[in-house]
Amino acid sequence: MERIVIEGTPKTPTINFDMSTGLLEIKGRSIPENSIEFYKPLVEHLERYAQKPLSETSVNIQLEYFNTSSSKCILDVFKKLETIAKGGSQIIINWYYEQDDEDMLEAGEDYQAIINVPFKMIEVND
Amino acid sequence: MMVDIYDFYDKMERNNIMLSFKGDVTSELLTSILQIMETKLDNMQEEPKTKKKVYNVLVECLQNLYHHMDDIPKMGVVNPETGENSRSAIFMIGKLDNQYNIITGNYIRTQNVEGLRTRLDEINKLSKEELKDYYKAVLNNGEISEKGGGGLGMIDIARKTGQKLNYHFMQIDEQHSFFSLNIKIAQ
Repeated sequence: MERIVIEGTPKTPTINFDMSTGLLEIKGRSIPENSIEFYKPLVEHLERYAQKPLSETSVNIQLEYFNTSSSKCILDVFKKLETIAKGGSQIIINWYYEQDDEDMLEAGEDYQAIINVPFKMIEVND
Repeated sequence: MMVDIYDFYDKMERNNIMLSFKGDVTSELLTSILQIMETKLDNMQEEPKTKKKVYNVLVECLQNLYHHMDDIPKMGVVNPETGENSRSAIFMIGKLDNQYNIITGNYIRTQNVEGLRTRLDEINKLSKEELKDYYKAVLNNGEISEKGGGGLGMIDIARKTGQKLNYHFMQIDEQHSFFSLNIKIAQ
């Protein structure tokens, strides 16, 4: 099975999606000027995974910063996950936020309100 | 042309400007500005919460400039010496009375002034809860611009700062106006 690994940069997050274990991780910063281009490979892999997903898929989102340009792309990723969940894969989205970072917690709650997949808000102490 | 550099210095000093820039806004420039500001915020030993808020709002303000300049490639004042269009914008960040100030300025087409004014006024009318709902509605409306923005930037700035968007338009000539935005982030 395929695996997609994108190394992080000061403006883009590290992405790790292992289709053989059903684990998707997005970590770091997502503040590129043009985020569609950046998220395209991940969205395409999710589309392929959606055709034959594992019975369980876990998603870890641990972002330090993300811009509004990324926010729609992240929603796109979550919408793909929603489709995968409808297709029978059990999904949980773990949304990590640093202690006191209310903005990041709220951002997670915004997605939770839109996306029909269970979210788990996890506070991280640094 | 004589430039009274002390006058510049004095004004910037009195407004406690930490960083300012005038010129063409490129992706590389934004990366550099963000790196410098992150180091400065670290050195000032700001609380992580404040640091994140300032950094986030800064990203949105700078990327607004970046995308705006892209949308109107031939905007600006013609340089009398080269005859070329200058696509300049201005940006400043300072900290005064425990409050961060981010000021941006850029040319826009005069015909776009009213549309932008209406959008900003609409955002300014909303309460915290209404802003949250509006953000979610725009996020989820399926529209996505080429650059992936989709009109969330100003809503996000208003939401994160918890303050009204303080803006100003100045008409330069029939076609061109200058748009300035002054964002305050209280600690």
